[in-house]
Amino acid sequence: MSISDNPDAIDAQPLAARARSRNVQALFWGLLIAFVAVAPFMLYPIFVMQMLCFALFACALNLLTGFTGLLSFGHAAFFGVSAYITGYLLTSFGMPPLLGILAGVLCSTLLGAVVGALAIRRQGIYFAMITLALAQIVYFFAVQLPFTGGENGLQGIPRGHLLGVIDLNHSLSMYYFVAVVFLAGFWAIFRIIHSPFGQVLQAIRENEPRALSLGYNVDRFKLLAFILSAGIAGLAGSMKSIVFQFASLTDVQWMMSGEVILMTLIGGLGTIFGPVVGAFIVVALQQELAGIGSWVQVVIGAIFIVCVLLFRRGIVGELARLLKVTSV
Amino acid sequence: MNPMLRLILAQGMLGLNNGVFYAMLSLGLAVIFGLLDVVNFAHGALYMSGAFLAIILYSYIGTWLGLSWLHIGFWAALVLVPLIVACFGMLFERFLLRWLYGLDPIYSLLLTFGAALVLQGIFINGFGASGTPYPGTPDQLQGIVNLGFMMFPKFRLFTIIFSILVCIGVWFLIERTRIGAVLRAGTENPDLVRAFGINVSRLITLTFGFGTGLAGLAGVLAAPIYSVTPLMGDDLIIIIFAIVVIGGMGSIMGAVVTSLGLGLLEGVVKVFYAPAANTVVFIAMVLVLLVRPSGLFGRQR
Repeated sequence: MSISDNPDAIDAQPLAARARSRNVQALFWGLLIAFVAVAPFMLYPIFVMQMLCFALFACALNLLTGFTGLLSFGHAAFFGVSAYITGYLLTSFGMPPLLGILAGVLCSTLLGAVVGALAIRRQGIYFAMITLALAQIVYFFAVQLPFTGGENGLQGIPRGHLLGVIDLNHSLSMYYFVAVVFLAGFWAIFRIIHSPFGQVLQAIRENEPRALSLGYNVDRFKLLAFILSAGIAGLAGSMKSIVFQFASLTDVQWMMSGEVILMTLIGGLGTIFGPVVGAFIVVALQQELAGIGSWVQVVIGAIFIVCVLLFRRGIVGELARLLKVTSV
Repeated sequence: MNPMLRLILAQGMLGLNNGVFYAMLSLGLAVIFGLLDVVNFAHGALYMSGAFLAIILYSYIGTWLGLSWLHIGFWAALVLVPLIVACFGMLFERFLLRWLYGLDPIYSLLLTFGAALVLQGIFINGFGASGTPYPGTPDQLQGIVNLGFMMFPKFRLFTIIFSILVCIGVWFLIERTRIGAVLRAGTENPDLVRAFGINVSRLITLTFGFGTGLAGLAGVLAAPIYSVTPLMGDDLIIIIFAIVVIGGMGSIMGAVVTSLGLGLLEGVVKVFYAPAANTVVFIAMVLVLLVRPSGLFGRQR
């Protein structure tokens, strides 16, 4: 596993801090891989799969919001569209799962290109409102188009056989497939963040006019970040629809966009591992609180308020501050 | 009269009726944004709370107080509910929102989003997710009026006229009076205004209260027309956001004119292709972003 950073990007940091960052990152990677490997033997596999799907979703949002500084309030659109497309292709055409996922990701990436191109025309708070409004169009389509099943959604999506051999109806094979996809997606985001491209994204987050004046085509970088983020969010959505064997309107609703923001915020916006931690916490919380019915929404709202007021760095962000490392 | 024209006029009136609600809400949003740089995501939830408060005042408060004969009616609600919602807004601003000034406005958006979830969750628990009718429509406003091209409910006509008067009043207050001048000065340069001995912090609290009060007022007006559900603010706030993107939050007139125009557009679209009526506002937003990214009346921010 390569944990090496892009050297010219963090030259300014003292060597000791850099080494510490790298050690802590290695520690987190170790913990994550160990958790993913043994979790299905300690927890319900389907529960862990849900965690992993949402963790990937939150990491995708974090790439855009945490590292590029663009708050998207419409990421459920990409997650949901991909879930619907994959589900539809698997159910109605009996497509193999890998092809279905590929098609789902392709659709969410294309949608990301359209939404991103429109949204980056405005900045800051307007960006959030535009993404929310565009996602609402997607929601209305999901309600009205004939193939989505309206209020019922798509149910009984077959999991099928991976590459024609591995039976995904088997809980553990399904689990390790999800785990591999999650780790691959997470590793891709990790690499993107540490690439020169990722450094430019962070420069845009810190000071957009300066990045512009240094000669970077800021809009192109933002658009590309948006497309990548949408594509990975789509990957998470596709996996979710195969794991749970259904795709429904909740996947495309604005509440889903809000939840994934909460996951990222709790874990730590702009931290590498934060969204994973945040997603685990929110999914576990929803599981625990399932008994109190609609009070869950009140609890989630209250957590939002507390996080924003007292806890803006998030769990991993606070941890990083305590350990005096710059990037985890 | 040509039946097609008649249909367009009729749907246009209903669209205008929606438009005045858009106008009242986007107005409050614009007033708050102008002074605080805060986009209030809870605006839809406050509108919903206003509608529920009207129902509570009419149907429940008497029982709660042990005075079963007590029904606080529409006219009283029209005054009381905005005040209650405004007080809630001021407390919210004073004790929560204030801590986020000077930070990225994203955080205040997320804070108000959390508040919206809490409010919505509370009303879902209290009243269920299905609609509750408002029984207190005053007798004077019941019945219908003949507009020549359609029979229009008297109450809806009242909301249109009343809301437009409110919008004009707010415009006058902010653009033409001394209070408004101080407020606008506070937007431009709070430190300088403070130096003149004006308590800008209190001004901000009052402005937030005023904006949220407008949302509450819209809620009372909506209670007899639409079915009152905890989710009624949800769809609306997203439409309002699109309107605000189209009109720009810079000008009050811009917010009102855009809202009325889009309400009308929605109504007319319903005549020609009903399924598109839900999305036409968003499509208009896309077109505006393509042609004039800074919005129709806005300055780029």
